[in-house]
Amino acid sequence: MSGRFSGPVKRRIVLGVLVVLSLILITVYFRESGGGALHNIQSAGSTVLRPFEIAATRIAHPFQDLYNYLRGLVNAKSERDRLQAELDRTRKRLIKLQFAAQQNKTLQSSLKYVSGPSFPRDYRPVTTEIISKLPSQFQQRVVIAAGSANGIHEDDPVVTADGLVGKVSKVASHQAQVMLLTDEDTAVSAVDIDTRAEGMVRHGHGPGTTLFLDKVPKSEHVALNNRIVTAGWHQGKLSSIYPKGIPIGIVSSASFPSTDLYASVQITPYVDFSSLDSVVVLVAKKR
Amino acid sequence: MALDGLKAGALLFVAAVIQVSILNSVTVLGGTPDFLLVTLCAVALLRGSIFGAVGGFFAGLVVDTATLDTMGVTALLFTLTGYWIGRYGETTGRRRQYAPVLSVGVVTILYAFAALLVRFMLGQGGSPERVLLDALPPSLLFNLLLALPVYWFCRWVLSLGPAREPVREVRLIE
Repeated sequence: MSGRFSGPVKRRIVLGVLVVLSLILITVYFRESGGGALHNIQSAGSTVLRPFEIAATRIAHPFQDLYNYLRGLVNAKSERDRLQAELDRTRKRLIKLQFAAQQNKTLQSSLKYVSGPSFPRDYRPVTTEIISKLPSQFQQRVVIAAGSANGIHEDDPVVTADGLVGKVSKVASHQAQVMLLTDEDTAVSAVDIDTRAEGMVRHGHGPGTTLFLDKVPKSEHVALNNRIVTAGWHQGKLSSIYPKGIPIGIVSSASFPSTDLYASVQITPYVDFSSLDSVVVLVAKKR
Repeated sequence: MALDGLKAGALLFVAAVIQVSILNSVTVLGGTPDFLLVTLCAVALLRGSIFGAVGGFFAGLVVDTATLDTMGVTALLFTLTGYWIGRYGETTGRRRQYAPVLSVGVVTILYAFAALLVRFMLGQGGSPERVLLDALPPSLLFNLLLALPVYWFCRWVLSLGPAREPVREVRLIE
């Protein structure tokens, strides 16, 4: 090649070929279905890369633990953890009881009410670890070490013991991409279990993990520290992809601007998205 | 040449795995260090535009595959990055002490704008405010801090000797 082409020409040919190749890849990837050739190649490639990613994660784990420990020392980590664990246990128990009480009250008040499938019965858990993450400034997504081989499908809800994490956005054979609750494209129908006010939980455009409960009428008096859980609606054959009653967060700010139709409600999520190590994918038993 | 290619490929592969497995999860002050971008800059500076472009393309493919992101997006951006920094190295940059820091600084900023533009065109964009105002300044700082150590390490791995003094004068031969 060097004999036939001079240096600058060779450089430009290489650059041109690579750019065209990239554009072809992008175009084909967009145009083909999820089961297309390029998606299958990517799936196979991600399976090949998986051991390297897991190895890197494990090698880095002690350093991450040290980093987390040092960071925690500054904030009186041990005391906070103890109190947080106690608070979490109490909060989860309380949410469960209050939601059950509310559900019971609703069922008693309306004989025609038909309860949807309950969360624990209709799903089986797939516990898996997080092996990589997309650049956080663009998309809030992580890759988990389980995929279609484990029964995971697109849109399956993802949780931790603390609450809702997000949903599966792409699936490969042994890996899946999870769109976090803090991604700008995520929207979850949610309900305030104290006031029964319903709305959509979204993430704002700013940094941080604060969420917003949109479309809540001002007549609903959402107050500070109210608990927000997934609404889990059903309408005919359609249903929310999230089962009802999964904790999302706690109201950290609520205001009722006179210039707006809806209340402005901010939520602090229960899940600490900065230290996610493993998650549980809820795989529906029946599809 | 082939051994150089293997070394550069191994460097970029390891950097890509570290980036997607570890560093993408590290967010300090809203920014994330881009170890892969810094490594690509170093390899391109040391080995030129063709190495930069080819290395960038394959490193980008590794990232797109590992993160199940749209195939070709990171490859396209890294190809252009590697080529551009490689040309800078081939022309004026290679023997200048500040070249690694300067190129990493400029590329970090341009890469953020280019990535935002490409992702906007693909309908995947994050908010410009978040990418450019919140995440870019700390990411730029982290990348600048990484620039020289990574450059020195890459130079050592690629067995390049210490940088020579730049040519100060030209003597005409009759």
